[in-house]
Amino acid sequence: MYSRAYKSAVTLPPVAWVTLFLLCAYVILFAHSFWSVRDGQIVRDFTLGNYKQIASSPLYLQVLFRSMKIAGAVTLFALLLGYPVAYYLSFNSRHKNLLFQLVIVPLWVSYLVRAYAWKTILGSDGVLNTSLQFLHFTHEPVSALLYSPFAVVLTLTHIYTPFAFLPIFAALEHIPRNLIEASHDLGGTPLQTFWRVILPLSLPGVVAGATFAFVLSLGDFLAPILVGGPSGIMISNIVVSLFGAAYDWPLGAAISLCMLILVVGLLFATERLEKRFSYQ
Amino acid sequence: MNASLLRIREIRKRFGTREVLRGISLEVAEGELLTVLGESGSGKTTLLRLIAGFEQADSGEILMSGERIDELPSYKRPVNTVFQQYALFPHMNVKENVAYGLRVTGVASSEATQRADQALAQVKMTEFASSSPTKLSGGQQQRVALARALVNRPKLLLLDEPLSALDANLRRQMQSELKSLQREVGISFVFVTHDQDEAMALSDRIALLRDGLLEQIASPSEIYNRPATAYCAAFIGKTNLVRAEVKAGQVSAGALRWRAAQQDGLVLFSIRPESIRVAGGAAQNGYVRFVARITQQMFQGPTRVVSLECGDGTRLEARLRGDTELATQSEFEFDAADAVAVKETA
Amino acid sequence: MNHARTRSRSGGWLGLYSWLVFAFLYLPIVVLILYSFNGSGVGGFPPRDLTLSWYRMLFHDAAIWNSVLNSLIVAMVAVGLALAIGIPAALALDRADFPGKAIFRRLVLLPLILPGIITGLSLLMLCVFSGLQLSLVTIALGHGTALIAVATTEIFAGLQKFDRRQEEASLDLGANYWQTFWRITLPNLRLSIIGAALLIFTLSMDEIAVSFFLVGRENTLPLEIWSRLRRGMTPEINAVSTIIFVFSLFTIIIWYRIRTRGEAQQLATPIIQGEIA
Repeated sequence: MYSRAYKSAVTLPPVAWVTLFLLCAYVILFAHSFWSVRDGQIVRDFTLGNYKQIASSPLYLQVLFRSMKIAGAVTLFALLLGYPVAYYLSFNSRHKNLLFQLVIVPLWVSYLVRAYAWKTILGSDGVLNTSLQFLHFTHEPVSALLYSPFAVVLTLTHIYTPFAFLPIFAALEHIPRNLIEASHDLGGTPLQTFWRVILPLSLPGVVAGATFAFVLSLGDFLAPILVGGPSGIMISNIVVSLFGAAYDWPLGAAISLCMLILVVGLLFATERLEKRFSYQ
Repeated sequence: MNASLLRIREIRKRFGTREVLRGISLEVAEGELLTVLGESGSGKTTLLRLIAGFEQADSGEILMSGERIDELPSYKRPVNTVFQQYALFPHMNVKENVAYGLRVTGVASSEATQRADQALAQVKMTEFASSSPTKLSGGQQQRVALARALVNRPKLLLLDEPLSALDANLRRQMQSELKSLQREVGISFVFVTHDQDEAMALSDRIALLRDGLLEQIASPSEIYNRPATAYCAAFIGKTNLVRAEVKAGQVSAGALRWRAAQQDGLVLFSIRPESIRVAGGAAQNGYVRFVARITQQMFQGPTRVVSLECGDGTRLEARLRGDTELATQSEFEFDAADAVAVKETA
Repeated sequence: MNHARTRSRSGGWLGLYSWLVFAFLYLPIVVLILYSFNGSGVGGFPPRDLTLSWYRMLFHDAAIWNSVLNSLIVAMVAVGLALAIGIPAALALDRADFPGKAIFRRLVLLPLILPGIITGLSLLMLCVFSGLQLSLVTIALGHGTALIAVATTEIFAGLQKFDRRQEEASLDLGANYWQTFWRITLPNLRLSIIGAALLIFTLSMDEIAVSFFLVGRENTLPLEIWSRLRRGMTPEINAVSTIIFVFSLFTIIIWYRIRTRGEAQQLATPIIQGEIA
């Protein structure tokens, strides 16, 4: 039905733009990771020096592992918070639409706003500390609340829980309700039905939500700066500083590429996992 | 009739402002195949779901072997369902599906496997034991759904329009398989359908539902030959509904007159088309004769449907055998006993 | 009746937990709004001296207004760009087969899935490599490119609901491809386009990760807020945040209304056309 001219017309412009601005951009990132810096200038000679540096430096590896731990914690909490809410909305709720919007709204509210809000709450002079003192639970500000990995995990959990919620909710909604009736009909109690029917069928959504939360948390650099302090630094902060004061673009590019490969590898693995668990 | 297995007493169910079941009472005997027949909206599926336990009645009782089951959750009732779209678990293979009910009720693994194998053999699906349900055809999924339900040895099996998704040939085949399966297994089946031919072919008894009320419950032949209401007569098979006035045992409907033991007043009679034949020879006792003009003939193989118009405008349909030429105006007759008085429902 | 009782019991605990999670999600925002009216700034509990002074200060803050204007411009350019590329991309994915189609689809989605820093850095290096100076233009380019996937996804979904036979009818009646696109396809995609535009606009207005690396002299609103946050906390920020929250709330309600009205309309159309849905 569509002529070759039509197909070319709709295909060429987007492909050209995406190739030029997206593919080339990522390729240049790739290229930079093999270059180096000397006397404040970027030298475009091929070298594996950056990667060697990453592999051998305890600092980078340490921060990378800490970032993965933080991302892992955020993912875990996002699932623990997001799954029950998704379940409640999908199966028990009478005001499903309204509550769904209620969960989505925080997603649309500025990331900065939300991170800043936690800074306000967790600070020595902030809401949490002053109310704890007001209620006589503590006698002086607990400084460990703010500027710690704990604060980063808390903030990122808050931000990425709705991200985890969405695919889980979609997966739960997709489960045909007659399967649940069939399980009851055959003698399965509500608990057995959840464990044997609902949970397995919702796994693709869980995997998708976990991936979202993990990947986005891993690469986050804003929350650590706002609420992380020195002990809450994550891998992206190192990259940012390499592109700023500690001028070393190639090294920064190399670290970013490592992150990219890690993320893409994860996405690839989870996509295959999702396909294996998807039954439609 | 055998002993009563399931007793439904004055069940009422309302959804929002609509009353879907308006006081249904009926009994299901042991070992019988009862069909609940009705149009969409008649409440037949709701009744099934109430028996299975997926809905709660607003009032009334459901008793099995004398004990109330309507207060039990569905997973505690000795009832199993074959769903309309089969509802097979896509993340388990066929055998796991069939063994599910045994697993969750704590049957030992070895016994569960054995019984599942037997059930699969009974529905001739043994070779598909490790297949995924999503790869099976409609008919095959049907059989697995049956096996999955029957393996639990329920006291009662409910089937929710199980054949409606199949094509005509497969339907006929499955109908006869279901009937022999029911005889073989020996438990009561309650079958829901909107297809009256299916109902008549399969059932020991038919319960005809209309707008949440029970019109009639009887064997197929009784419902066909002695329909209780005009709706029954018209819903099952074709019929002529003739309004007549009865006075002192004399029935008069325009050109048609006969004697019947009926109370005085206006009565509606149902006369099946196959009861009407071409009048020949001397007038027999108890036969009603009339002259009518043939307005249309439709050849249907062994019979033909002939549309008649009497002198006073009464229109009738007759199903005649043979294909001898008929004059435009002919004389016809029917046995007065074949005119069944039916109640008129609103 | 037992059955109903057990259901509500488990529903009860789950419901409670869910409401606690909702509270967690909204707590910071509520605190923020409260404190934007707090006379003594960000510290102290409970808040005292209700005042609008921070809002008044905000109103006179030229830098903020400037950055708002910048953000609006960038967002509108981003919407235009993303749609201009995204609509043909959706059509191509729907109707054409070309080598590398699968790769293209993934490539377009990457900016949404990857952490913003990676896309931001890559675009930065591209700009530097090609000698492009950093400014609002580069930010707009970055946003538009990164958000193409949003446009493509929404339009593609809209195309699935669209009855292709309308286009066949148009061609049959003598219109060429271009006319058919403008007169038939585009109007039918109206709701998808509006939904996509709204979403892209909001995402661009809030975007910071990519903007961080592409910024020149002029700040967008998030960047302006960020730079102030780095310097210290001013209660003005609370006021700005509250306003942003109200706007976002407003936007999502509109977006949701459009979405659900669109679905209702799509259900109604076949009936109007004489078919049975």
